[in-house]
Amino acid sequence: MSEQFEPVIICFTCNWCSYRAADLAGTARMHYAPNVRLVRLMCSGRLDPTFIMKALSGGADGVLITGCHPGECHYIEQNYKAQSRWLLLRRVLKGLGIAPERVKLTWTSASEGTKLTKEINSFVEEIRDQGPLAWHKNLQQEKQETSQHNPKQAPVEVTV
Amino acid sequence: MSNDKTNKIGVYVCHCGTNISHTVDVAKVRDWAAEGLGSEGVVIARDYKFMCSSPGQELIEQDIKELGLDRVVVAACSPHLHELTFRNASKRAGLNPYLTELASIREQVSWVHTDKEAATEKAKAVVTGAVERVIENEPLEELKVAIHPDTLVVGGGIAGIQAALEIANAGKKVWLVEREASIGGHMAQFDKTFPTLDCAACILTPRMFEAGNHPNIELMTWSEVTNVAGYVGNFSVTIKKKPRYLKEELCTGCRICIEKCPTKVVDQGYEAGIGYRKAIYTSSAQAVPKYPVIDTENCNFFQKGTCKVCEKSCPTEAIDYEQKEEFLTVDVGNIILATGYDLFDARKVSNYGYGRLPNVFTSIEFERMCNAAGPTSGDIVLRDGKTTPKTVGIIHCVGSRDRNYNNYCSNICCMQSLKFAHLVKERTGDTVYDFYIDMRTPMKAYDEFYQRVLEEGTLFVRGKVAQVTDAARKASEEGKLMVQVEDTLIGKQRRIPVDMVILSIGMEPRHDAKETGKLFGIGCSANGWFTEKHAKLDPISTMTEGIFIAGTATGPKDIPTSVAQGSAAAARVLNMIMRGEVTLEPIKASVYQGQCSGCRICNSLCPFNAITFLEDRKVSEINPALCQGCGTCVAACPAGAISGTGFSNDQILAQIDGLLMDVTLADA
Ligand SMILES: Cc1cc2nc3c(=O)[nH]c(=O)nc-3n(C[C@H](O)[C@H](O)[C@H](O)COP(=O)(O)OP(=O)(O)OC[C@H]3O[C@@H](n4cnc5c(N)ncnc54)[C@H](O)[C@@H]3O)c2cc1C
Ligand code: FES
Repeated sequence: MSEQFEPVIICFTCNWCSYRAADLAGTARMHYAPNVRLVRLMCSGRLDPTFIMKALSGGADGVLITGCHPGECHYIEQNYKAQSRWLLLRRVLKGLGIAPERVKLTWTSASEGTKLTKEINSFVEEIRDQGPLAWHKNLQQEKQETSQHNPKQAPVEVTV
Repeated sequence: MSNDKTNKIGVYVCHCGTNISHTVDVAKVRDWAAEGLGSEGVVIARDYKFMCSSPGQELIEQDIKELGLDRVVVAACSPHLHELTFRNASKRAGLNPYLTELASIREQVSWVHTDKEAATEKAKAVVTGAVERVIENEPLEELKVAIHPDTLVVGGGIAGIQAALEIANAGKKVWLVEREASIGGHMAQFDKTFPTLDCAACILTPRMFEAGNHPNIELMTWSEVTNVAGYVGNFSVTIKKKPRYLKEELCTGCRICIEKCPTKVVDQGYEAGIGYRKAIYTSSAQAVPKYPVIDTENCNFFQKGTCKVCEKSCPTEAIDYEQKEEFLTVDVGNIILATGYDLFDARKVSNYGYGRLPNVFTSIEFERMCNAAGPTSGDIVLRDGKTTPKTVGIIHCVGSRDRNYNNYCSNICCMQSLKFAHLVKERTGDTVYDFYIDMRTPMKAYDEFYQRVLEEGTLFVRGKVAQVTDAARKASEEGKLMVQVEDTLIGKQRRIPVDMVILSIGMEPRHDAKETGKLFGIGCSANGWFTEKHAKLDPISTMTEGIFIAGTATGPKDIPTSVAQGSAAAARVLNMIMRGEVTLEPIKASVYQGQCSGCRICNSLCPFNAITFLEDRKVSEINPALCQGCGTCVAACPAGAISGTGFSNDQILAQIDGLLMDVTLADA
């Protein structure tokens, strides 16, 4: 493989800060790696860990969670809840054998287009270093294998 | 992933002139939608130069009617710009507006990426995400809430006064909250105002008086907002009234207490540190309201327990040393923040010597000095209080346009410096040097004023001053302040002797702007100024509905612009009041009680107390009027019993699927 690995990253943004930071990055024509795809939530507190598992099992190599800075959440304090969920999820990921570094949390206010750009670019590099996750491929493979061998006990499948 | 709901989806890809099409192959995205997403229910995909134009919108409307579309995806700019536009287009064609999704391929793709192939691939993924999501969208009804007709204005500078008067004159009630003892803000400190040179007090005091005596304005000075609850149309605001230590209803404003008070202190506020006030004081004789306050830190009675001269001298027995702070909660529909600016601390530029060299003054000190009612009765004198300077140097941009301090331009310093040059010339006939980097006089009648000052004989030196020093290099420099500057017009270093230096210090966001922003739920820019909803098209609104901003709280500006913004904010508020109700996004959470296990995990997660536990039925319930739609409870419910409209699990999971469809297809 001579081509460099291009990771795919899902980035969860909050309607009030990081999504607007992304808008600002656009308006100001700042450039960042095209590897990241955004999902808008009303608040980082809306982030159900299932969404992250869905992204990772569905082909993403990394997930970037963004939200308002501590104390600046549009809904007062919900970003703290996002943070605790993220911390817990990291432990779960470790247990599953997935590097917790694949899921990163960063705070960006609506005016921090520059910061968001930098965070995205450095996260893309971090995930490039991690290499492909390919969870979805394993799932696809497993599915095929199980149907071939017809085992008594179905393997644990991530249904999200 | 295929669409078993047999939808009829239309996809519209916008070129945005060339804004999108120069980096995204629009035709490829269109073809992908038509062919690749046909199995998902896409029945038509089109591209168009400007989707947001009338013909662009009509395309969608026509297709909805003729092809019977039941879902629409527009791949164009950010939903923050045109979501409403396209929702309205759908609505006009008889489709529920919430069945329309905007995929941002401009802000999120064409403007931030350069590689055309990668950008096109990403645009396809973003469109796929939107298509998958829109399939899960539910038709929603807009929520209407009534607007309380009262308004809160925070900050009684010229911008806040203007806003309050406009609303009050339209017959609506205003709560005007000012933290200081008097309204007026910075403008009340000035002598003359550029470019017309009318006296600040002559134009401001009548407005202050009008605001203070208006039947529709509830003026609360020496007060601060401590809590804000609710949402647009229905805010509940707690105001703290600090103790003045006198009963306002008894005080006649006769000022005998002030006259008799034996304690004189340097006035760091209104007099900018170059004048004095008593321990019981008003900012000036024109203060509105006229009631004084006691400065407890300097009052003999509060410090030592003796004196009580004010109490003894008051003819109406208004003094009340026992007074406590009071809290008041008021309901308002809209809020205007006009909290103004702070001034840059000149001490930070140590090479200009402010605070160390006595005859280096700041602009605000000079304003007070020029003012006929100020500490020197309008005489321009050195720090000794008597010597008239013969040569004065004025330095522009102190703390502004400087990477070490603030990178922005403070907007008014050039004009303010020119005003000072004129005033010095007029009153003393001195030699005046004006040190500027660039001359910025773009507003109405500003450059004409510059021409006038040029003709009056002020000497302009173009260059950034390196240093102001009193260290003499030769006998002729003894006793002088030497201004070291590179005169960039002649390309030479110069050392110019002057007697007095005036620093045109820049404007800064209020030191507590961030906390104020948090209190009202609005954001600040990287430099710390309140952020507008849209810098160009909506400079008065904020991201939070019902909260408006005006004047220098959003960035440096002059009086005319601050006044115009005050009026503009008032117009926006009156518009809301006239409408009587606002439409809210129907983004709300609700509990499916059949599935609720009564675990109460969600109860403590809601900062708005919208969730209550029904003891009798052992399930939780969400009050839609209080729910703000953040979705935290939706994400937390272990039973999956809470759903959130607009951002449901199904919508988000489908969008993720769509965003990653290319990856799964490639590897299948
Ligand atoms: C030296 C100098 C000279 C100038 N000369 C001119 C001139 O000649 N012509 C001209 O056009 N412009 C001039 N300007 C600019 C002018 O000062 C401003 O444009 C104008 O005063 C801005 O008014 P404002 O109401 O936005 O802010 P401010 O005057 O700062 O008023 C804000 C008010 O809000 C209050 N406040 C702040 N925070 C709170 C809070 N949390 N709660 C309650 N109240 C609060 C403050 O106490 C204050 O009363 C000059 C500026 C300077 C520094
Ligand atoms: S609103 Fe941005 S994190 Fe809560």
